Amino acid sequence: MEQSNIISLRHLTKKFPVGDGHFTALKDINLEFGKGEFAGLVGPSGSGKTTMLNIIGSLDSPSEGDAIVMGKSISALSHKEAARLRNEHIGFIFQEYNLLPVYSVYENVEFALMLLKMNESARKKAVMEALEWVGLTDKMKSKPSQLSGGQSQRVAIARAIVKRPAIVLADEPSANLDAENSHNILRTMKQLNQELQTTFIFSTHDEKVMQYLDRKISLLDGRVDKDELISHEVETSS
Amino acid sequence: MTNFRLALRNLLGAGMKTWLNVIVLSMSFVIIIFYNGMMDGWNQQARTENIAWEMGGGQLWHNEYDPYDLFTLNDAHAAIPAGMDQAQTVPQLIIQASVYPQGRMLNVLLKGIPADQQVLALPTAELKNEGGASQAIIGKRMAENAKLAEGDQVLIRWRDKNGTFDAKQITIAHVFDTDNPAVDQGQIWMDFAELEKMTGLENEATLITLAEGYEVPEDENFVHKGLGVLMKDMDDIIASKKGSMGIVYVMLMGIALLAIFDTQVLSIFRRQKEIGTYIALGMTRSRVVGLFTIEGGAVSLLAAGVGALYGIPLFAYLASNGIDIPTASAEGAGITMASKIYPVYGFGLVIGTTLLVVIAATIVSYMPARKIARLKPTEALKGKLQ
Repeated sequence: MEQSNIISLRHLTKKFPVGDGHFTALKDINLEFGKGEFAGLVGPSGSGKTTMLNIIGSLDSPSEGDAIVMGKSISALSHKEAARLRNEHIGFIFQEYNLLPVYSVYENVEFALMLLKMNESARKKAVMEALEWVGLTDKMKSKPSQLSGGQSQRVAIARAIVKRPAIVLADEPSANLDAENSHNILRTMKQLNQELQTTFIFSTHDEKVMQYLDRKISLLDGRVDKDELISHEVETSS
Repeated sequence: MTNFRLALRNLLGAGMKTWLNVIVLSMSFVIIIFYNGMMDGWNQQARTENIAWEMGGGQLWHNEYDPYDLFTLNDAHAAIPAGMDQAQTVPQLIIQASVYPQGRMLNVLLKGIPADQQVLALPTAELKNEGGASQAIIGKRMAENAKLAEGDQVLIRWRDKNGTFDAKQITIAHVFDTDNPAVDQGQIWMDFAELEKMTGLENEATLITLAEGYEVPEDENFVHKGLGVLMKDMDDIIASKKGSMGIVYVMLMGIALLAIFDTQVLSIFRRQKEIGTYIALGMTRSRVVGLFTIEGGAVSLLAAGVGALYGIPLFAYLASNGIDIPTASAEGAGITMASKIYPVYGFGLVIGTTLLVVIAATIVSYMPARKIARLKPTEALKGKLQ
């Protein structure tokens, strides 16, 4: 697959203040991610996976070095510019789904498009398409509280991909799911990755996720321990 | 526009929680307007009653007359100025007297007033003596204090212009009901002509009440007192009541706004993850602040609508049927106070209060929402408020 880099991490370091000192979550990370990658950040808790995703997603900024996402330096972005970058180019999938509790499934997925000021008919078309991808058209009027964990994560996936972002960042997406649901959502994501050429970056320590990855970046104590391409065939049809 | 739609979606989606807030706030709206309407109605009624029963369109007072000093009454009378329109003026002669109901002695003011006057609401037509015993009318408070009723006869003693005591039996022709105790307590009203004869003070008056708009002839014995002067005491009482009304108004408003503020603060604590999600999905912080502010403002608008649903029929009913105030009636209050108050819900009061609550609610919604601007999205997503 020919890939152009859409994410570059250059000497990326992130420190958090702890008491009088600080804790270094990421130490001098240098990584590149290309268009259409299906990559995973793996490692134990505290290894810096979520921190890296947050910085790539412009939810946090580097202490040293830089992260260039879609040609924009995260360190240089204002709040407004960072919000715009997320709005236009990045989709998030969270471990705890983070669905908006008072919205229906349809409204949750539609939300991202409303921020893009898309007109109603275009929104409706895109939302229905996203719900079809994840197989939840019959649940579009349900509230998150009426969904199972697997269904909730599918809604989160639909919400992340509905605006056709260049990048989807998934933080432990299968952590709260059983094996069957984990495989289901991973197959869905893999399929979307192949169909839409969306770059997926996961943080995970779930073995089930790893078997779907094309690239596995192992983090240990805030450093890249291993960065390996995995060549395997995964059954993507459900 | 998107923020308005999202705010509405959030509010409607929150269901019962929103409606509870709305109902509580709508009650604040209704109570604030009810209270102020009642006080305005009371004030307006008091003024109207005072003018109708006592003040007319102003008065001419004898130079010596001081309503707060009874000793002035002996000398406070002079000839009624010439050229006065009898239909537009009500001369009153006031002297001190004593009555002896059931063997007790009561000091009273004996007031002479033309039986055919049309300016004041006093039922002086009842004084038209058809040649029988001298007749008098008294108010219900006086009747109660003196244990007198219609048809009773009572001995009255007074001094004539020479200071000589005289006495006679009078008949209580009528007991009238007024909300103005200033024409009731300790007073007996007789026909002006009769009192002239009793005192020998022919064509003399202590004061002259004028019809509204009647031009005052100048006279050396009388000084003109306009309504502004005559109503000063009442206006002072109303002004002081308005001061205390203002305190209650602020308190009620404060309670309503505190409820909104608390709800917003609680929302921000409870909805941190949601806030983090909004930001992760591409909302700017200022837009999230705007969303929460609009939600707070929209709650107050919904509350205004819900309040209107039950408040308007309630206010319409109260404005037409009045509110009975039995315990706080004029019986002993000393000021004009009706036993039934008809609230006045003016356009200014309703719209002003609504606007004030909505604007204030929006401001107090904004204040805690600003905290969102300081939230780190990564912490908000974890539900940790900094």
